[in-house]
Amino acid sequence: MDTFTNQLVAGLSVGSVLLLVALGLSLTFGQLGVINMAHGEFIMAGAYTAYVVQQAISDPGASLLISIPIGFAVGGAMGLILEIALISRLYHRPLDTLLVTFGVSLILQQLARDLFGAPAKQVVAPEWLSGQTSLAGVDVPKARLFIFVLSITAVLAVSAVLKLTPLGRRIRATVQNRDLAETIGIPTRRIDRYTFFIGSGIAGVAGVGLTLLGSTGPTLGTSYIVDAFLVVVAGGIGQVKGTVIAAFGLGLLQATFEYSTTASIAKMLLLLVIVLFLQVRPQGLFTVRTRSLA
Amino acid sequence: MKRLVPLLAYLLLAGALLLLAPAILTDFRLSLLSRFCTFAIVAVGIGLAWGRGGMLTLGQGLFFGLGAYVMAMHMKLDDAGPGGVPDFMKLYGDGKTPGWWEPFRSPIVTLLGIILVPAIVATVLGLAVFKRRVKGAYFAILSQALTAAFAILLIGQQGTTGGFNGLNGFKSFFGYAVNDPVNRRLIYFLTAIILLVILAGMAQLYRSRFGELLVAVRDGEERVRFLGYDPANIKLVAYVVSAVLAGIGGALFVPIAGIISPSDVGVVPSIAFVIGVAMGGRTTLLGPAVGAIAVAWAQTSLSENFPSFWSYFQGGLFVIVILFLPGGIAQLPTMATRLRRRPKPPADPSPIPQPRAAEPRAAEPRAAEPATTSAPATGAVA
Amino acid sequence: MSTDYLEITKLHVEFDGFVAIDSVDLTVLQGDLRFLIGPNGAGKTTLIDAITGLVPATGSARYGSTELLGRKVHQIVRMGVGRTFQTASVFEDLTVLQNLDIAAGFGRSPLSLLRKRRSVPPEVEKALTAVGLESLALRPAGVLAHGQKQWLEIGMLLVQDARVMLLDEPVAGMSHEEREETGHLLKRIGADRTVIVIEHDMDFVRTFADSVTVMHGGRVLAEGTVAEIQADERVQEVYLGRSVAAITEEVG
Repeated sequence: MDTFTNQLVAGLSVGSVLLLVALGLSLTFGQLGVINMAHGEFIMAGAYTAYVVQQAISDPGASLLISIPIGFAVGGAMGLILEIALISRLYHRPLDTLLVTFGVSLILQQLARDLFGAPAKQVVAPEWLSGQTSLAGVDVPKARLFIFVLSITAVLAVSAVLKLTPLGRRIRATVQNRDLAETIGIPTRRIDRYTFFIGSGIAGVAGVGLTLLGSTGPTLGTSYIVDAFLVVVAGGIGQVKGTVIAAFGLGLLQATFEYSTTASIAKMLLLLVIVLFLQVRPQGLFTVRTRSLA
Repeated sequence: MKRLVPLLAYLLLAGALLLLAPAILTDFRLSLLSRFCTFAIVAVGIGLAWGRGGMLTLGQGLFFGLGAYVMAMHMKLDDAGPGGVPDFMKLYGDGKTPGWWEPFRSPIVTLLGIILVPAIVATVLGLAVFKRRVKGAYFAILSQALTAAFAILLIGQQGTTGGFNGLNGFKSFFGYAVNDPVNRRLIYFLTAIILLVILAGMAQLYRSRFGELLVAVRDGEERVRFLGYDPANIKLVAYVVSAVLAGIGGALFVPIAGIISPSDVGVVPSIAFVIGVAMGGRTTLLGPAVGAIAVAWAQTSLSENFPSFWSYFQGGLFVIVILFLPGGIAQLPTMATRLRRRPKPPADPSPIPQPRAAEPRAAEPRAAEPATTSAPATGAVA
Repeated sequence: MSTDYLEITKLHVEFDGFVAIDSVDLTVLQGDLRFLIGPNGAGKTTLIDAITGLVPATGSARYGSTELLGRKVHQIVRMGVGRTFQTASVFEDLTVLQNLDIAAGFGRSPLSLLRKRRSVPPEVEKALTAVGLESLALRPAGVLAHGQKQWLEIGMLLVQDARVMLLDEPVAGMSHEEREETGHLLKRIGADRTVIVIEHDMDFVRTFADSVTVMHGGRVLAEGTVAEIQADERVQEVYLGRSVAAITEEVG
């Protein structure tokens, strides 16, 4: 029973990190169908934001909390610039978008290297997030707990925006039937831009959160981007629900595999599971189905 | 007449590789060029899968790595002598050669393995992916994830794969000393000739009915289904061929570079293969090979002088080429015509959603292209 | 030879609880040029989709003694059941000849696929003549006019020697002369095949149909000769009972 709870907690912890990095993608890739390989660098930008803010505000707790909205703004702004400058020209060429944004990601990584230096930077965690806390008899690092809360909060916020606000209704309408949305007067291109802003902003928030787990380097985003895409693919595009379930499902699986094998074999097994899963459900867990009689 | 241009370009390339380069380049530069030729072989395969078949494979590093590690294992075992144990295993492993290494003591098994291992892996993956109609971006991401996982797996198994350091320190290549300058020239010629032979074979493939069919699958997979074909099989063949080419490139890379490590097979090198193909012209025959050599050359000379500039340059290359020159440099001669004509509207009129929307280069005549545009002309005359 | 027929019984198609085809029975004999008409959303295209394996359906659709339902799209084509699409779908990058050659080729051995095409296969030549595109054989299909693309699609079925042809609005967007030509073409190829044509243009239907099936709301409403259908009260109600705007949309 003890190992089980251990696994569960470890899985939820891995899952919440996956969720945090994939949530933004579930908007930009899931809702818009834009494959933004620079998403990882938006995460990196969020992490560096936390670092820079901490240089200005030395109190770790205050700087962390202030970094979250600033990280959102930084990530969102970068996303907006990318959307306007490049992605908007490529909406009908999804694979080309992938390659172009990969180029952007290379440039951003080098930029980080030139601005902050190649060695990784450390963001000091606040006092109240260091050390462990006991949860159902398992010792959990407080930082991990914070990430869990942060990702759940982010999911709730995104769902609330999508479900309750007029903007969210327009976003959903645009995703489900772009032509129809346009004919009833929704400025779909502008809605795309808002969606992209929010999704990229969440990447920034994720970056801020990740500074609690490790150091911040130019390749921070690269290490998460593939996993994040896998989560969205497995979850099925178009719905936040799928991303949440896939993130925690994969997190639990990874924790289980890692427990019984090594980390590298766990990674391979996880991928195998995803490939097999796509055999059963090529469209992922959930999809927005549109009925078309034409 | 159109046939003459690619033929001429091919002969030009052959002349440059076999006559000009050995005459004017130093041993060091020639050795670099042989390394670039191995990338070019990978690029030819990507041209087939992506340019012709519409399958953007971001995971060729996997097959490159499979071919390379098979070759490297053989060379390691060869160096260790009959029954011997490769040096690094004594350091990191349990001092014994694992069972799955043993078959590669034989040169014949090794040569077969270089072809078959990537082919089998690609077949299994391809069946799993194409039969379930996983395509477009999904396929690209999945292939990238696979190569990432492969690199992680290699790093994790230090005792049997050399881990992060990979396999290196080879002494001989099928009995020839790898450091002998004469042998290095021989390896260069071997690589260049293999590249040229592969290009000739690819020219035939592009002109064949299969080549036409592959383009048809790229442009209208569902439509092909309604003509009585299973598109998955057609894509599978192209994918497996591209995997085998990547494996051959990887195998040749090992004696030339003297090392194969996870950093040569991961996500970044896999995407680096793609940029050469995009720059050279993904749908053309020679474009991918020439583009790959050019990009690798630029990388070496730029990063020698301005290390950080290369990253900006490579990133910028992706953005500019894909955005403004989706047909690659091979598209330049037709740019003038392009500018005068309006590009086709990008909307896809087909009732079945297709991941790959029509691209502006679609109906343009392509000068440096041997296959689809010119093949019917000759076919009808004959 | 008149034993060939397409027999559909109790065909049922549902999308997420929405019944698109509701227990349709339909038999079409070889040589009987059948037109399928009905208002938008009547289920005409869905019927063809179901027969050709594009959407899952229950019930039965047999060609001769072979059941088509439950088979994969490409297998159904190999049994000689071919279709065209509302929006002409041809390979725009390839030439007319290449389009036809690909259509002719599903039975080719893998080895012959690897070889170049050295001459024009006779069935391709015949189809080119039949649809009148000889002079355009070497042009990329992308440059064809809309009507020509639809002829090319029909040609692609001809080279396959499809025994059952399901044509979805083959004359939509054509000029009057093109319609005439297409109509005669359909008459010719329909003589020894089983052909179903979905069409909205009533003039065209009157001129060329051997028999007509009217669909409405996923069901077969009426079936018979053109004259019988025109006299049918229920059909009149479906067409005339609706707003004038709807009629102009259907007929125009």
